Amino acid sequence: MYLLLIPGLLYYLIYHYWPMYGAVIAFKDFHIVRGILNSPWVGFKHFEYIFSLDKFGQVFRNTLWISLLRLFFGFPVPIIMSILMNEIGKKSFKRSIQTIVFLPHFISWVIFGGMLVNLLSMDGGVVNNVLRATVGTQVRFLTDPQVFRSTLVWTMIWKTYGFSTVIYLAALAGIDPQLYEAAIIDGATKIQRIFRITLPMIRGTIVVLLILRVGNLMQAGFEQIFIMYHPGVYRVADIIDTYVYRIGLTEGRFSMAAAVGLFRSVVNFTLLVTANRVARSFGERGIY
Amino acid sequence: MADRNELSAVPTFRQSRLSRSRSDSIFDVVNYAFLTVIGLVTLYPFWEVLIISLSPYDLYLARTFHLITERVDLSSYRFIMGMPGLWSSYRVTLFVTALGTALSVSLTTLTGYVLSKDYIRGRRVIMFLIVFTMLFSGGLIPLYIVVRQTGLMNTVWALMVPQAILTFNLIIMRNFFFSIPDSLEESARMDGAGDVTVLVRIVLPLSMPVISTIALFYAVQLWNDFFNAVMYISDRRKWPLQLFLRAMLFDSEASLQSGSDDPSLLGQPIKMATVMAAMIPIMLVYPFFQRYFVRGIMIGAVKG
Repeated sequence: MYLLLIPGLLYYLIYHYWPMYGAVIAFKDFHIVRGILNSPWVGFKHFEYIFSLDKFGQVFRNTLWISLLRLFFGFPVPIIMSILMNEIGKKSFKRSIQTIVFLPHFISWVIFGGMLVNLLSMDGGVVNNVLRATVGTQVRFLTDPQVFRSTLVWTMIWKTYGFSTVIYLAALAGIDPQLYEAAIIDGATKIQRIFRITLPMIRGTIVVLLILRVGNLMQAGFEQIFIMYHPGVYRVADIIDTYVYRIGLTEGRFSMAAAVGLFRSVVNFTLLVTANRVARSFGERGIY
Repeated sequence: MADRNELSAVPTFRQSRLSRSRSDSIFDVVNYAFLTVIGLVTLYPFWEVLIISLSPYDLYLARTFHLITERVDLSSYRFIMGMPGLWSSYRVTLFVTALGTALSVSLTTLTGYVLSKDYIRGRRVIMFLIVFTMLFSGGLIPLYIVVRQTGLMNTVWALMVPQAILTFNLIIMRNFFFSIPDSLEESARMDGAGDVTVLVRIVLPLSMPVISTIALFYAVQLWNDFFNAVMYISDRRKWPLQLFLRAMLFDSEASLQSGSDDPSLLGQPIKMATVMAAMIPIMLVYPFFQRYFVRGIMIGAVKG
């Protein structure tokens, strides 16, 4: 039995715990030829340097801001959608809608990004064609720094809400139908039933997903932004992850990038633990 | 319901019931209409990709909307089929998806199975250490260095091994194994079966539903992954499909490198044909396997 465990343990040791140890290069002047052990210790030099950079403040603010916008606008979407879908009586219609809204989750960000450019571009994108025909103006969704962040947030919501919708639908399916029957006899309208029964019954699920979202505030959507951003919108869309990638792998400043990454991991960990503790103190189950 | 209504002598009750049914039917109509619009809006981009990919370039330029094309033209598909990059990247992606799924499923199953047994010493500690990797990670750069040091740079293994086990899937597996009654395994052991025999003969056949669900999770993940290839693969001949697609869609240099002045080269129809090529396999399996995904999410969601 213990032998069967070895491959899995090796995997976690090599590709999870070794990198955790490797994060010490944030406190060293890492050189790829010298390796981790032989690179000299430099203490908090890299941290002091990155905290002094305006750029670091900018990517930190961008990360947080994009995440908060996503949380604020995106979090209610699957709740509303699943409740609306749950009120549909026709099984086939409900299943079709679920299949459709879940679909964008299954295609890669490369494909989704390509489709978005096709829809939103200035030359030939259908959205701008409609805008020009109706209100006479166009919007540079993908290049205007004023708009780009909204584009990111809404397209992210569009691609991902189907996943959480399925989770909520599962929770909704678990509600005892007798509650609704009793409410109908008492003369409650559908809307009253939604607010008095459905929402309170899925509160636990809502809290768990909220903890996860808050705990992942440092993840503003790396793959999406990596595909969709360009130097013209760095000011509003460059996030910690993309910044780490560029200074680390494009410019080769490993230690500095590792310092930024470690900072991000620590903030992420703190947020997750705090969110869980807060949820527990309100009497909810938490995630671990 | 009708009987109860007859019995009711209070007229206001009847009235409130009427207004209730009116408010409910308004709600239903609005709800159906709204969800239909959402559905159409979500499908439209996919439809447009298909139509543009089938349109000749001149017709694409002439039209503002692409609801339908008057002339179906396969030249965009013929063009991308002629690109060696498409075939080599398709091969890489098929290979990585097939082998990577097999690798991930075996590792996840083995590890999840052993860790579901309470007689394994140190089980709680190991599980804690594994779940901890979901909360805290060393970061992108240290992982990159490890991948370098383990000699995976610029090999297709870099696309499979570094994320061979997704902890979320491991937890789903383990939860499922908990639900298999111990008595089944014990009776097999009485008959002299070893650990491996029990796993292969008894546990695996019982676990096929959850294994297929997890295999699909991994397969879609591997098929769609592009960022690992961005980090670890520089040799164009080892590019997976998503990276080829990315170069076709977003890399303006790609069109320059092809060395042709033809403006229709890498025009929108060709780009959309490439999107179709990358999307078709997913779209074909999606309607059939969607319920497996839904089930997988539900198993995971129950645990939270």
